[in-house]
Amino acid sequence: MSRRFTYEGVVLVAPYSEPYVRYSHQSAHWWIARALRGTLAAAGLNKDEVDGFCASSFSLMPDTAVGLTQHLGLCLRWLDHIPMGGASGVVAIRRAARAVQAGDANVVACVAGDTNHIDSFRRLLGGFSRFASDAAFPYGGGGPNMSFALLTDHYMRTFGATREDFGKICVAQRNNALHAPAALMKKPLSLEDYLGARMIADPIALFDCVMPCAGGEAFLVMREDRAIALGLPFARIAGAIERHNAHASDPIQTRGGWSMDVDDLYDQAQTGPEGIDVMQTYDDYPVISMMQFEDLGFCAKGEGPEFVRRHDLTIGGDFPHNTSGGQLSGGQAGAAGGYIGLTEAIRQVTDTAEGTQVAGARRALFSGFGMINYDRGLCTGAVILEGARP
Amino acid sequence: MSVPPPPKKNPLERTRAPQLPPQTRSRAALGLSVAAAEGRFALQHCAECGTVQYPPRDACVSCLSHDLRWRDTDPKGKVLAQTTVRISATVYFRERGDWRVGMVQLDAGPSVVCHLHKDTPPDAPVRLINRLDRAGQSVLIALPHDSPYSLKDDPQLQTMTSAPRHRRILITDGRNPNAPALARALIKAGAASVFVGEAETWLPSPQRAALEDMDGVSLLPLDVTDTRSVKTLAAELGGKTDILINNARFMRPGGVLARGDTTFAAQEMEVNYLGLMRLAQAFGPAMCGRTAGGDNSAVAWVNILSVYALSNDPAYGCYAASHAAARSLTQNMRADFAGAGLRVMNAYVGPTDDAWHDPLPPPKVAAGALARSIVGGLEDGLEDVFCGDVAQDFITRYRENPDITEREMTALGGNQ
Repeated sequence: MSRRFTYEGVVLVAPYSEPYVRYSHQSAHWWIARALRGTLAAAGLNKDEVDGFCASSFSLMPDTAVGLTQHLGLCLRWLDHIPMGGASGVVAIRRAARAVQAGDANVVACVAGDTNHIDSFRRLLGGFSRFASDAAFPYGGGGPNMSFALLTDHYMRTFGATREDFGKICVAQRNNALHAPAALMKKPLSLEDYLGARMIADPIALFDCVMPCAGGEAFLVMREDRAIALGLPFARIAGAIERHNAHASDPIQTRGGWSMDVDDLYDQAQTGPEGIDVMQTYDDYPVISMMQFEDLGFCAKGEGPEFVRRHDLTIGGDFPHNTSGGQLSGGQAGAAGGYIGLTEAIRQVTDTAEGTQVAGARRALFSGFGMINYDRGLCTGAVILEGARP
Repeated sequence: MSVPPPPKKNPLERTRAPQLPPQTRSRAALGLSVAAAEGRFALQHCAECGTVQYPPRDACVSCLSHDLRWRDTDPKGKVLAQTTVRISATVYFRERGDWRVGMVQLDAGPSVVCHLHKDTPPDAPVRLINRLDRAGQSVLIALPHDSPYSLKDDPQLQTMTSAPRHRRILITDGRNPNAPALARALIKAGAASVFVGEAETWLPSPQRAALEDMDGVSLLPLDVTDTRSVKTLAAELGGKTDILINNARFMRPGGVLARGDTTFAAQEMEVNYLGLMRLAQAFGPAMCGRTAGGDNSAVAWVNILSVYALSNDPAYGCYAASHAAARSLTQNMRADFAGAGLRVMNAYVGPTDDAWHDPLPPPKVAAGALARSIVGGLEDGLEDVFCGDVAQDFITRYRENPDITEREMTALGGNQ
C-alpha cells in the first residue's frame, strides 16, 4: 500500500455539545442549528465564514444536508452528508480534513444532530435498512437490542466474558457521567443495580442499552494557522482509518473493521496503544466497546474481558474510557452518537474538559462504529487526536 | 408437548384488535415468501458463480451477476447465538410475550437471523424451515435437527400456523362426496367442532348419515347460491368460525362446444365463483374481526380449486374457467384479509375420485388424501397446497414454463 498523505496542517476546534433531552418536540433541523450556532460561538466565527458543511442525522427526512443549506442560510463551496450513524464522526473528520488540506474549503462545520419524538425511535427501527426490514425486524421486532443480544451471547460463550465484565464498563461510565454536567443519566449506578436490571433481550439488560434521546454535537475543521490566529485550542489529526463491511465472511461478528487497519492507524500516529492517554469508544452496547479494546490493539482478541477486569476505566483510572459518560450514560441522540466521544476527545486533548478532564491527557483515541444493516455493524473508523494550545 | 386447549373467551373483555408482525419486504425478499407459501426452503443462488446468499439481494454478492435463481437449499445449520426478546418495539410481539430469536449458520453458507424453536440449545444442529407469519410474509424458523419436531409443539411458533386443533371449523357443502372425509380428518386433528353446511335439506344426501354419525360434527342449512341462506348462517356462525373450508362445487364435463348453451356454465359460476363471493362477503368481516382474539381466533379460509384454474383443461373447460374466476377472487380475498392476518389457503387438486371424473384414468385424488393435504397444509401454515400426483406434476410443468404448459394442455383438444 502506498503511504498516504498525513493530515498535517489541519486541526479540529470548537467542540460543542447541545445538551441532550429524552424527548423533544423540535425537529432535527432545530438541533443541528443549535449545535452549529454553538460551535461558531465557541470559535468566535460568523456563519458566513463557514464555506464547508458536513451533516449527519437520522431524523432529517425528507431533507439531507442540501436542504440544510437553505434552511440555515449557508452559502458553501463544499458540502457532505454522512449517513453512517456511529461512524459519522470519524468519517466527517477524514473528509473535511482533506477538503481543507486541498483548499476546497477554508472552514468546515461538522454537525450531527437528531430529534427524538415520542415513538420516532420505533418508526426508525422498522425502516432502518432494507436488510433490516427483510431479515431482522420481522424476528421479534427487537431492533438493535436483538442484534446486539445475539452478538453478545456469542461473544460471551466464545470468549468467557461475563455480565460482570460488561457491568464494569457501564458502571465506570456512569461514574464518569456524574462529573459531566450535560450527561442525561445522573443517578449513581452500582454493579448490583446493573446485574439486577430487567432483561431486554438476553443477555442484554436495561443498563446495556443506550437511551434514545435528542441532541446535537458539532466542531470545526480548519487550517492550523487559522486556529492559531483565532487563538483557539486545537487538536491535530495524528492518524485516521475507516473501513466498511470488513470480515464479511465471518459467520457472526466478533471483530470490527478496526482490526484490518489498526497497524496503519498507529503507523500514521507513530505511536502505539501505550501512547494513548484517553480512549473514547463507540458504546451503543458494552460488548462493542470491548471489541474496540481488542481490535485497536489494547489486548488480543478474546482478552477483552480480562483487560476490563485489570483496568480502572474511570476518569481517574489507569485506562480512562468514555469520560463524558458516553452514550450509555449520556444518551444516544441518533447520529450525534457518532460524535459524542469525538467532541469529548477534542476537549480532553485541549485540556478543556473541565469536570471530566483526565490529568495530562495529550493523545486521545476516538473510534466509531455504525449501522447494523442486517446482523452486524458495517462501518468502523478510528482517529488519534493530539492536542495543542496556541 | 402438545398445545393445551385455549381458555374460554371472557365476553366482558375487549376483543383484541388485529395486530401483525412487520410486513414490509423488498421485492427481492418476496421470492422467499413465494416459497414459504408452499413451505419450501429456497434461497437465492447465483446462476453464474453458484454463490448462495441471504438476505435477498438484487445482485450476486460475489460476482455482481443479476442472474439470481430461487432454489431449494440444504436447510441444515447450527445455532451460533440466541436471545429472548422480552421488550419489543412492535405491538404484535409485545402482546405475545418473550420471543426466541437466534442466528444460525447454514451449511450452505449464509448466516440467518431466525425464529428459534424452544428445543434448540446453542451450538445445536438445526434445520431451517421457511413459513409465512401472520403478516403473510416469509420468516425462517430453526427447528431441532431431528425430524419429529414441528411448529405444532411450540406454542409460540404454532401461532404462525392455522392448525385445526381446538378450532371450530365450517365445511360449506355436506353434499360434496369429500365432506365426510374432511370432517373426519379435522376431528382427528383435534378440531373442537365441525359445522357442515347442507343445501336443500329436504332432499336425501348420501353423505348425511356418515356426517351425523360423527362426534363433534353438526349439520346446518347452507346454500351458497342463496344470499339469504349464507347470511343467515353467517349471523349464527360467523363470530365463531375459526376456519372456513369451502368445498361447494358445481361441475359438469365439457368445454365450450360440448355444450349447447350457457346453463351449466351459469350454475358453475353461481356456485364456484359467486358462491365463494357470497361466503366471503358474509363470513369474511366477522372472521377478520377476530383474528387476534388470543387463542380463540379466526385463522384461515380454505378454498378447494381445480389445478386447471391455472391453465385450462378443455375436457372440463367451462368448469376450469369458473375456477379461474374463483382463483382470481381468492387473490382479491388475500389482499382484503391480509390486514387482519386471516390466511387464505388454496388447495389445488387434479381430477378427484368421484362420479364426475369416472371416465378419467388414474391417478385421481381420493377424498381422504385431499383431507390429509388440507389438514397438513393448515398445520404447516401454508398458503398453496398441491394435492395429489396430477396437481404436483402440473405445477412442476407450469412453473417451468406456463406458456408451454398451456400449449400442452390445449394441443389437439387436450392432453388426455
